[in-house]
Amino acid sequence: MADKTKNKTENKTGNWALNKSRISQATGRLGAGLDTLRTWWDGAQVWQRYVVYLLLVVGALILPAPAIGSFMSPESDWTTILIHPIGTYVLLAMGLNVVVGQAGLLDLGYVAFFAIGGYSLAYFGTEYGWNFWATLVMGTMMTGVSGVILGAPTLRLRGDYLAIVTLGFGEIVRITASNTDEIGGARGITNIPHPPPIFGTEFALDPAPYYYLIVSVIVVVIIFAKRLEKSRVGRAWAAIREDEDAAELMGVPTFKFKLLAFATGAMIGGLAGTVWAGKVIFIEPNNFPFILSATILAAVVLGGQGNIPGVILGAFLIAWIPERLRFLAEYRILIFGAVLVLMMAVRPEGLLPSGRRRAELAEGTGGMGAMGAEVAGPTATDAAIPEARS
Amino acid sequence: MTQQDTVQDTAASDGQALLEIDDLTMAFGGVVALKNATLTINTGEIFALIGPNGAGKTTVFNVVTGVYRPTSGQVRFAGGRIDGMKRFRVTKGGVARTFQNIRLFHNMSALENVMVGADAHHRTGAIGAALGLPWHHREERRGRELAREMLDYVGIGDRAGDVAKNLPYGDQRRLEIARALATDPKLLLLDEPAAGMNPAEKQSLQALIRKIRDSGRTVLLIEHDMGLVMHISDRVAVLDFGELIAEGLPHEVQNNARVIEAYLGAASDAS
Repeated sequence: MADKTKNKTENKTGNWALNKSRISQATGRLGAGLDTLRTWWDGAQVWQRYVVYLLLVVGALILPAPAIGSFMSPESDWTTILIHPIGTYVLLAMGLNVVVGQAGLLDLGYVAFFAIGGYSLAYFGTEYGWNFWATLVMGTMMTGVSGVILGAPTLRLRGDYLAIVTLGFGEIVRITASNTDEIGGARGITNIPHPPPIFGTEFALDPAPYYYLIVSVIVVVIIFAKRLEKSRVGRAWAAIREDEDAAELMGVPTFKFKLLAFATGAMIGGLAGTVWAGKVIFIEPNNFPFILSATILAAVVLGGQGNIPGVILGAFLIAWIPERLRFLAEYRILIFGAVLVLMMAVRPEGLLPSGRRRAELAEGTGGMGAMGAEVAGPTATDAAIPEARS
Repeated sequence: MTQQDTVQDTAASDGQALLEIDDLTMAFGGVVALKNATLTINTGEIFALIGPNGAGKTTVFNVVTGVYRPTSGQVRFAGGRIDGMKRFRVTKGGVARTFQNIRLFHNMSALENVMVGADAHHRTGAIGAALGLPWHHREERRGRELAREMLDYVGIGDRAGDVAKNLPYGDQRRLEIARALATDPKLLLLDEPAAGMNPAEKQSLQALIRKIRDSGRTVLLIEHDMGLVMHISDRVAVLDFGELIAEGLPHEVQNNARVIEAYLGAASDAS
């Protein structure tokens, strides 16, 4: 009897090992494919890159086509899914990427900025009848300021401590919203105004205009984020991520740049919140749970932190997979979780990581702690001591 | 590397105090790393700070660059107090350093490392960069040019595109010097630049340090390699257990009884 059980378990583990090797083979091939893509891109000519940009934009424009939708999301309206969760997640992930991926600051309360953006439109739109575009600017500014308000006292902390404080901030914003009657309390705010028509296109029940709106916003954010990344600002963020102390001693005002990363990330989050609120008409505090912060963080990490295309891909998958798995009914989140675990197990650096970020992960510092960057020379002390004595 | 044997007298002629360390004490709890240290470094000289391990040499660097706020005493640079100042302000003010344990941005290219240093004097903020304004492009271009220049200057111009951690050890030390030079310092602090280098590398490092001095910068050096120290320094100070025990010309210090004692231990029949 005991023998039988033993046999069974052996058999099982054997099967599992076999499956595992098959899976890792498949994912290995996927990984290799993605890496080839990366290498090609790094060596691509300017015109080749512009062709790719053009193709991507065209792709984004025809993405809501019903033919694509019937495969991508057979159970629900594809265009609606493309706006939320996919579009909003992509925006949020890009914003969080500035904070986590570029500056290396772990923010677990990022959803707060999404909420502040959403509530800005809801409040100013319903109470004061502000125009969507005016509130878009206003909401983005307000979240930027809230990023500074959160950052100023907390960014002196590093690593885990910062994560805990930001986690608290996310919760504070949600709980404050549900306890402030001025902004609807737990009931939320209804009848949020839609954006006014542009070029005769009405923003009403048809989701298509919202989709094009969010795609435009995403494109603008990509351009700005990319420019920041390649500039002095992006270099300062990377330097802070790698070795904060050394960065400051090389003349980088680290606090200022960390605050800037926070504010930039917050503004993108606020932008996402405003655009989203303009579509859904109704928001309530429960739209902004902690799990959303965690999900967006997962999108950033899964996609490849620090690399914008990777992050977009990650956000797309994180938003899309649960929708695609809707036919599994209540098992879908279970399967989704399993997919996430699997992906992280076989490709911990993310699907499309930035080269630099990947190296940091391999080094084990993960870019989260500046202290890890200190690498002593191979023979520094051995060589120095005898000569000092001679 | 041509100036190797043209011993310059600029040091003596400039002569003004650039860095003044005045009665400096640095205590960490009960441990006193520096005790009433007073030291003046003059414009245009190569000044070496030596002493056994743990004597407090790097502590001097850390106080000067703003890493530590001194327990008591003052540090003045070009006439103004810099002790307790924010680190990046000290750097912008004209004091740059390298590290005993190399602290490059390991996963950035050599060029990018130096560009971070060059950025110390750049002013474009997030808005200028995001909108791609013309002065941003101008600064970027200038920063890149300066960075290339500095890499050439220290002799690793051909490694500009390499990721910092893939450089050989000696080149990493040179890269740290290039990064510090890109901040355009008046005073360059080198923390054991020759550590881990072979004799040939040390030779060319020596030439590089001279070249830096001859270009009008002042060098404060921590080094264990006595050959190098004695060869290139204009003046030398010796620290032992946080106290300055000697200061003067290289050969004076070399023959100082207290220095010999500090390094070799007191002879049993000394009394």
